[in-house]
Amino acid sequence: MDIRLDGIGHSYDGVEVMRDISLDIPNQQIICIVGPSGCGKSTLLRFIGGLERPQRGRVLQLGNPPQNCLNPLTYIFQDFALLPWRTVTGNISLVLEDHGIRGGAAREIIADVLARTKLTDFAKALPKQLSGGMKQRVAIARALAVKPAVMLMDEPLSALDSQTRELLMDDLVNLWSRQPFTAVYVTHNLAEAVRLGHKVVVLSRRPGQIREIVEIDKPLADREFGDADLDAYQKRLWNLMRDEARAADEELLHV
Amino acid sequence: MSETSQKAVAFRGGGFAPKPKAWIGVAVFVVLIAIAEWGTQSGWISPLTLPKPSDVLDTFRQLYTSGLLFQHLGPSLARLVVGATIGVSIGIAVGVLIGLFSHIRSGLVPLVAAIFPIPKIALLPLFVIWFGIGEGSKYALIAFGTFTPTVVATYGAVDNVDRTLIRMGQSFGLSWWSIVRKIILPGALPGILSGLRISLAIAIILLVAAEMLGAQYGIGAYILEAGSLYDLERLFAGVVILSLLGVLVSTVIGVIERRMLGWRT
Repeated sequence: MDIRLDGIGHSYDGVEVMRDISLDIPNQQIICIVGPSGCGKSTLLRFIGGLERPQRGRVLQLGNPPQNCLNPLTYIFQDFALLPWRTVTGNISLVLEDHGIRGGAAREIIADVLARTKLTDFAKALPKQLSGGMKQRVAIARALAVKPAVMLMDEPLSALDSQTRELLMDDLVNLWSRQPFTAVYVTHNLAEAVRLGHKVVVLSRRPGQIREIVEIDKPLADREFGDADLDAYQKRLWNLMRDEARAADEELLHV
Repeated sequence: MSETSQKAVAFRGGGFAPKPKAWIGVAVFVVLIAIAEWGTQSGWISPLTLPKPSDVLDTFRQLYTSGLLFQHLGPSLARLVVGATIGVSIGIAVGVLIGLFSHIRSGLVPLVAAIFPIPKIALLPLFVIWFGIGEGSKYALIAFGTFTPTVVATYGAVDNVDRTLIRMGQSFGLSWWSIVRKIILPGALPGILSGLRISLAIAIILLVAAEMLGAQYGIGAYILEAGSLYDLERLFAGVVILSLLGVLVSTVIGVIERRMLGWRT
């Protein structure tokens, strides 16, 4: 299943935050969206998943999601959004219960996603007992449990320290290598974008428009921390963004 | 370098983190009662000002041995349980509705604000007319008194449920009812329980008021009768029972909180 954004535009209280964004999100690719703060990256992601309605333009699903897919468009949030009163298992079963999956069938799915995210030993832990990285692994496991067609990731690693971020990036690459998934990955961190993105979409400052789409050909599995060619991509992205970022930063002072 | 003076950096952190110390609370009670006992025994507190704690204890013992204690306690507890249950359950239901629906919120929040400051005791005669001089008016008074604080605490608690968790529920396609049951209600539980502490304390206060009219037995009736006779020993014995009731209720809620809110950080 592909996603197509067709001329998306939006204003909040008369302030135009997004203008004419058209973008194809092809199957089994990770599309990273970067841009200065306030360019509407997260808003765009909410449009794609149907949590908010754009004033102009449409978000289209091309083709049907796979048969066994429970929740085609599935989010991973920056602040994890785990229910603190449910255990790791309970948090995953939460999203299965409404699809009528309980008992044995649920246990099977939960065991599978916990194994894939290396969380099997933490099945009975409460969120308060887990580190930030572990919490985000639980959120990833929860997303995998509903077999999404497209994962919508809203700065998933931004709340984590840099070592944990590296570890989780490796985990995401491994997950993708074993079973490629489609994802829209919003971040302000260019290192994450060049590490995980097949394409990196650079948005301009408000009103957010697509400035450039940078394709990175190198296979995900071959990318590593500190690769020279990735650094070159990162530098190029930063050159594209620097003035926008500065202008955006100064713009906030006038608000 | 070895010549430079050295001194330890003065500690200036810490504090602002009170911790419960169980025995101090008991000690305060013991000291206060001991002072009262000593004062009344030695005579610098006149028996008209304060009864002797030992006499109060004696009255309490008589109350217990004569079986009158349970004759008073039984009806009071029944009124408390029935009245508070009605008030709290309607309060939680209305509070959740206010927290969920714009129209209900706009309609009921001003009404609740208008009812809240009314001293419910003032309405007792009205309740006697509406529900009769028997148990009905007593249930109604306690229920009405617990209702308003419960509503306010409940809708505040629902408002404070983390919106990102609700968005998460929507993003996974959970039904409206699932979101209410599995995200909003458990998320509001801490606020509802702390509101319950206040509501139930008010229920105990109103118990005495409810027994002002048409009650032969009951802790409130007992206290009011003692008060009108200026029988301070019995008055104090009754007051001690109410205090113990309050401590009991607070302890029970504490146990529920520890059981059900262990997930809080």
